[in-house]
Amino acid sequence: MSALAQRGPLPRSLSLWTEALVARGGVVLLALALVIFLTVPLASLLVRSLLSRSGEFVGVANFAVYFSSSAFANSAANTLTFATLTTLLTVPPAFLFAYAIQRSCIPFKGLWRNVAMIPILAPSLLAALSFIYLFGNQGWLKFVIEWFGLKTVYGLPGMVLAMSFASFPHAVMILLAGLALSDARLYEAADSMATPGWRKFLTITLPGARYGLISAALVVFTMAVSEFGVPKVIGGNYSVLAIDIYKQVVGQQNFSMGAVVGLVLLVPAVVAFAIDTAVRRRQKALLTARSVPYAPRPERLRDALLFLYVLSVSAFLLLVLGMAVFGSFVKVWPYNLSFTLNHYTYGFEEAGVDNAWRNSVAMAAWCAVFGAAVTFAGAYWLEKTGIEKSRAFGWLRPLAQVQAMMPMAVPGMVLGIGYIVFFNSPANPLGALYGTMTILVISTIVHFYSSTHLTAVTALKQLDSEFESVSASLKVPFYKTFWRVTVPVCLPSVVDISRYYFVNAMTTISAVVFLYSPKTTLAAISILHLDEAGNVGAAAAMATLIVATSAAVTAVFFVLEWWLVVRTQAWRRTARR
Amino acid sequence: MTTSSSVALRLEGIDKSFGSFVALKSVDLEIERGELVCFVGPSGCGKTTLLRIIAGLEAQSSGRVIQEGRDVSRAPPAARDYGIVFQSYALFPNLTIRDNVAYGLVNRRRGRAEIVARVAELLKLVGLPDSGPKYPAQMSGGQQQRVALARALATAPSLLLLDEPLSALDAKERERLRGEIRQLQRRLGVTTILVTHDQEEALSMADRVVVMNQGAIEQVGPPLAVYERPATPFVADFIGKVNVLAATCVGEGRYRVGHIELTAAANGTAHGQPVRLYLRPEDRVLEDSGPLEGRPNLVRGTVRNLDFLGTFCLAKMDVDGFDGQSMLVYFSLNQALELNVREGARIPFALRGERLRVFPQQ
Repeated sequence: MSALAQRGPLPRSLSLWTEALVARGGVVLLALALVIFLTVPLASLLVRSLLSRSGEFVGVANFAVYFSSSAFANSAANTLTFATLTTLLTVPPAFLFAYAIQRSCIPFKGLWRNVAMIPILAPSLLAALSFIYLFGNQGWLKFVIEWFGLKTVYGLPGMVLAMSFASFPHAVMILLAGLALSDARLYEAADSMATPGWRKFLTITLPGARYGLISAALVVFTMAVSEFGVPKVIGGNYSVLAIDIYKQVVGQQNFSMGAVVGLVLLVPAVVAFAIDTAVRRRQKALLTARSVPYAPRPERLRDALLFLYVLSVSAFLLLVLGMAVFGSFVKVWPYNLSFTLNHYTYGFEEAGVDNAWRNSVAMAAWCAVFGAAVTFAGAYWLEKTGIEKSRAFGWLRPLAQVQAMMPMAVPGMVLGIGYIVFFNSPANPLGALYGTMTILVISTIVHFYSSTHLTAVTALKQLDSEFESVSASLKVPFYKTFWRVTVPVCLPSVVDISRYYFVNAMTTISAVVFLYSPKTTLAAISILHLDEAGNVGAAAAMATLIVATSAAVTAVFFVLEWWLVVRTQAWRRTARR
Repeated sequence: MTTSSSVALRLEGIDKSFGSFVALKSVDLEIERGELVCFVGPSGCGKTTLLRIIAGLEAQSSGRVIQEGRDVSRAPPAARDYGIVFQSYALFPNLTIRDNVAYGLVNRRRGRAEIVARVAELLKLVGLPDSGPKYPAQMSGGQQQRVALARALATAPSLLLLDEPLSALDAKERERLRGEIRQLQRRLGVTTILVTHDQEEALSMADRVVVMNQGAIEQVGPPLAVYERPATPFVADFIGKVNVLAATCVGEGRYRVGHIELTAAANGTAHGQPVRLYLRPEDRVLEDSGPLEGRPNLVRGTVRNLDFLGTFCLAKMDVDGFDGQSMLVYFSLNQALELNVREGARIPFALRGERLRVFPQQ
């Protein structure tokens, strides 16, 4: 036992200081970054709304002017109509789709799951362009909308259709999760009492999924309320709040009025967010650890009907995607359908947006690398360094946590004007950022911070909460354990976060539409310009390019993830039993 | 209190509150070098909080922690000297068993060969000499527990902390590991604190048991002493099974239950004072050890129901003259057969007055 008696030297106290500095410093930096790049811009927006165009304090005069204008009543009513109709058109089909995947025995479930996610890879504008191709004045299927007594797809009908396409995957994702949780024993109990199928659906399935339904409806509603691209391209004269902001800020350079409309737009988004948060909190108690997961049994007629349904929805999604792709490769829709690459070459050059795709890829790559690092490290600092126990720094944790969740409630357009107002101010030393790639990257990371933060927190919470305690008892600094254990174990989630940032950075327009300069034009924004210039073919080409890039990068990420699992996650595949 | 050189750890007036909730109330304790001490108590009694304060994972609101004569009250965990094993083991899932055990050694800039030898020695010590290249997920709960123990012992700490180390294991495995941990601890002579809610575990493993309740220490002592002479009603009730009888003091060492008078050791209770008598089910004399006639505290009872628990039975008895107060009486299986104990049987037995514990009525 000789070796058991000898001890290693205790580490010097200097390393303890370094450790404390790294632990506390990280949280301070994170909180500070969120304050500068989220809270202060939003606060500036509030201040700006109380100033006149030339900068004098005018109180709520701007609000008075805006609320009494006919434009306001009109846009507000339109926005609510648009968002409500979109929600009604999206959530029920998405529910049925998710139901088919989770609760029936249709074949190729994985495939349908992936097909439903296709719209995420595309900017929301793609759907608008496709619907113009399909149902527009020269559309193939124009007769279909005529069946419904509509003269044109432009305006509310087109907006609702395109928005439903864009928000479909988000609703499906939430409902898939909502329907995944169910207790088989409830169904067994119902069966033992000879309950008919429809009654089981009404009394067990629907109540079990109601939180998922509410959550999905709120997400779709919020997306529609804050959507800018779809109304811009297919909305015609149908004016909504997001368009008003754009007109005020970009058209008339009236930041004060832009700020006012932005704050108005914030209201429905914040209300939806508050309801969703309250609902989620109640959902936690729904399932107990002792629930038995439900496994569907084959039922011929139901499975056949649902399979047919899933097939049609998938075909429709692919048709919408395919239409834009097809349109981008033909000379003049619908008159000359011969193949051409002109839209990708001359089309872009003519409009001066040939650098847009490269800018977008560069920005998305920065977001993927930098965003994933910041998000994961930030979540780690908040969750695992024991900050809540620190007397001096403990208060930073709730401060950072609240800010991390704020972007979920803030429409991109609102964040965007906040950035202009704050960073474009001559007094701001950070003003140099304005118009650079850096500010595009930062605003995009902030815009999508909430859901990536939640992903990181979830991954971290799955780790044993005592890893850090064990390291401390073994005198190993926490950052070594972070590097040797935490990061390797969470690597799949980090890759997921990275992919999420990339794809969203490729397709986003809402915040960045106010922040780009001619040198940093982005692909998704250039679609707006190409469409505005009447060059629908080039617009479709750009949208196609974005989808292709997102899809290719997603594929690369999946391969990367697979490779990482094989290379570094051997421990995962060797479980006992 | 003087600091003798044999004291490994001293706690002085440890208080801890979380907001308005008081988790620990002025806890004082001295732990001798080489001792195995069990903190035992119901959940929420503060035993784990106390352990975490000793480890520096939780900061006490006031009070001092003195380890080997050094005041570590405000020292961070890394500046203290201990190894710890958690209920969840907290093995790093992505590292092999070998790397897990070597985790604390690598940081101390030991030579490679030295580390390899030390890891091999430790794995042998916990009986897993060939598991080095495996991952934690490939091992059973009991094996993971041994690895966690090896990792905690790797840096040869002067203090070993075990936080409910056995409660995630099944009954058989738990019993085996109890013995192994106890043996290992004796062999290495490492001062050890084990937190458990299982009184049986505490009694079978500890040199001394610290019984805690609602943030305070109720009693400290060797297992047998705590079992035989519980200092408080709580301890009597928590450690082992016990009958509680309402009684009145009717004289020096004389108590009346219903209208039966029992004698016990005198403890100065005033005449006429209502008390509670605590008596364990096994503290009775039966007919199989000789005639009962003439014994003090002789009573007769009817078996209301009988729980068969393997090598012994517990009978719930209605005792004549106890006015409806029933009590549990222990019978070995052989006694139960010989004395024909079954439901409805009338059985005479004598209560052992010297074992009766008397507490004033709360």
